[in-house]
Amino acid sequence: MLLNGYDPVVFSRILTSLTLGFHIIYATIGVGIPLMIALAEWIGIKRNDFHYLLLARRWARGYVITVAVGVVTGTAIGLQLSLLWPSFMRVAGQSISLPLFLETFAFFFEAIFLGIYLYTWDRFKSRMTHFWLLIPVVIGSSASAFFITIVNAFMNYPVGFTLVNGEIADVNPIAAMLSPAMPTKVAHVLSSAYLTCAFILAAITAWSLLKGKKHIYYKKALKLTMVCAFVFMISTALIGDLSGKYLAKYQPEKLAATEWHFETMGKAPLILGGILTEDNEVKYGLKIPFGLSILAHSNPFAEVTGLNEFPEDEHPPLWIHYLFDIKMAYVAFMVLVSLLFIIEMVRKKGNTYRRWLLCAVVIAAPVAILTIEHGWIFSEVGRQPWILRGIMRTAEGATTSDHVDLMLLLFALLYLVLGISSVRVLIKMFRNNHAEDEIAAYEKEAHDPL
Amino acid sequence: MSYEVIGITVLWTFLFGYLIIASIDFGAGFFSYYSSITGTRHLIHSIIDRYLSPVWEVTNVFLVFFFVGFIGFFPDTAYYYGTALLIPGSIAIVLLAIRGAYYAFNHYGSRSRKIYTLMYGASGLLIPAALSTVLTISEGGYIKVTDDGKVIFLVNELFRSSYSWSVVLLALVSVLYISAMFLSFYAHKAGDAPAFKIVRTYALVWSLPTILSSLLVFFAIHDHNREHYEKMLDRSWMFALSFLFFMLAVYLVWKRQRLGLSFIFVILQFAFAFYGYGSAHLPYILYPYLTIHDNFTNDSMAIALIVAFVLGLLLLIPSLYLLMRLFLFNTKYVKGK
Repeated sequence: MLLNGYDPVVFSRILTSLTLGFHIIYATIGVGIPLMIALAEWIGIKRNDFHYLLLARRWARGYVITVAVGVVTGTAIGLQLSLLWPSFMRVAGQSISLPLFLETFAFFFEAIFLGIYLYTWDRFKSRMTHFWLLIPVVIGSSASAFFITIVNAFMNYPVGFTLVNGEIADVNPIAAMLSPAMPTKVAHVLSSAYLTCAFILAAITAWSLLKGKKHIYYKKALKLTMVCAFVFMISTALIGDLSGKYLAKYQPEKLAATEWHFETMGKAPLILGGILTEDNEVKYGLKIPFGLSILAHSNPFAEVTGLNEFPEDEHPPLWIHYLFDIKMAYVAFMVLVSLLFIIEMVRKKGNTYRRWLLCAVVIAAPVAILTIEHGWIFSEVGRQPWILRGIMRTAEGATTSDHVDLMLLLFALLYLVLGISSVRVLIKMFRNNHAEDEIAAYEKEAHDPL
Repeated sequence: MSYEVIGITVLWTFLFGYLIIASIDFGAGFFSYYSSITGTRHLIHSIIDRYLSPVWEVTNVFLVFFFVGFIGFFPDTAYYYGTALLIPGSIAIVLLAIRGAYYAFNHYGSRSRKIYTLMYGASGLLIPAALSTVLTISEGGYIKVTDDGKVIFLVNELFRSSYSWSVVLLALVSVLYISAMFLSFYAHKAGDAPAFKIVRTYALVWSLPTILSSLLVFFAIHDHNREHYEKMLDRSWMFALSFLFFMLAVYLVWKRQRLGLSFIFVILQFAFAFYGYGSAHLPYILYPYLTIHDNFTNDSMAIALIVAFVLGLLLLIPSLYLLMRLFLFNTKYVKGK
């Protein structure tokens, strides 16, 4: 079907996934890094330790490059929503434009203060003044993630209106923002963004240590980032569990499809791995008795709704099971890495600079990004066939325009170019400018003020 | 005032804000590239950079704000414009993306490269052309709606129409004019005589084409959409004032006096023309299919959006003021100290 003939729905879906898939890498970095910069600068000021200030400064430099790509791809997805899903936006505009609008405010706020922050490192007498400029950036970046996730939560579980003959009426904009999907989604997105950024920054440091750099600066950086990663790992895992319970209650078909759970029953087992035969038999899977009941309701005997309760044309694709399992494998790896690091840190004879541990930290960063991608695809594909669950099917929301295939090519090329250039610029930026040189320059100046 | 008029006024104002600051930005990018070919880059480069670096990100937000607000207040426009604008819209996105990203790569990356400046400069001139198609389409005649509600974009009509080309021309030259007028003010404030000399020439060179192409658009509307033209004639005082401010602005630059005031006149020149054009366009958002009255969002969303807007402005205005005080109106910063 995909190869013979032009179907705007298919191409619109591919193009939207491509844009979002690319955007969320930079967007995640955009949400989490300001928090890490703020933390480093705060510690630097409080302890009067130049190393942490330099850390904040170097992270901020790299951050600008990723922000630029995040901003432009964010603009792209913002416009593409209307270009590729005009019928959907016509409906959504009635009920969900408030959080979209608020997101641009948050983004505005962030953009203004980021500009000021970047150009005022040496402009104020008090270092704290400069630090306070970063707070609106942290708030703005997290708030824009907050609002845009609200929009997505609404698509998963639309509320705040009544349906009259297929048209929405009596819209309550505030209620529309408070979808039952909202709390877990927002918390999971924010927490996992912080986690991913902590791992990315930790991996950069671990890489430098692996390459033989020994300066105390790197050791401080590794400790800071890994402690953050551990804390965010715990919060993300806890929220992830709550997300499962949300699904059981409000979107049982998604949970059932994820776990290949067809018959409604109590003491439901959790299936890890396996393959599904054509007549929906699970083969080679590892069954954990009571697992699904515990996951869904914290009670080993609780009844879990099965997929057979739903009409067949409303089933999400069953391959989301694989996505979910892969994602959980990544999560297990990250838990292990952060846990091992913390054990080495608190152990009396512990050594956090073991080669294998540093290697694991380096690997954890791409794994964290992959987890974000898998989790997001799982979440989006899991609500198919709906674009607005229970109201509008995805195919009804798409454009009927010609040339979506051409636009797909155009954007694929754009993201390829942007991706390669941004990585090249980032690598060059730090390869030509070593932290040791900056520390040396600072120390020289401190001893020799004139 | 009814909610829909408030809504469209707010949005129009944001579009106007975007028009001014994006023009400065786009034009500056082009001049930056142009000067690197003509060998005067070292003279004007630092002035342009000093202005652009803290504000480039903010510029983009004005545009996002406009289109998100537009869909919020007038959800039906998403359907018509969304379908019609797939190609010009996507091209504009790609250009904006290239421009924004390469500005950052060039500016914050370790070494600036000529190809980056080229991409950045050239895209700046193409974006106004791509974006101005929205205004062109709004005049009607480039979209056909079939009986079953399918929207068809008549791309050939758009390419063959003299009206659409006159709008593109106006967009291009006014970008260069606005930008040069602003840079004249900025260079003068910085006390940078060599840079001022160059950008002043740019400003004067582009002033005449700007006013000529405005006239051209005026007459093109006469041929394309008579109803709109008649309504614009009703507001001819606004266009007369616009012309007056144009004369004053150019006179001051010519005399090298009061350049701050001169740029305010530029803003007023475009404000009168832009609001004159816009108010004459009402009540249509897309002639003759969409009006602001029939396609307005529900009341509760309208109120929520207006409240959000007011609260947002309370946050934005002080922040923008801070940004300008620190960078635009801070003599020490402007002079590069």
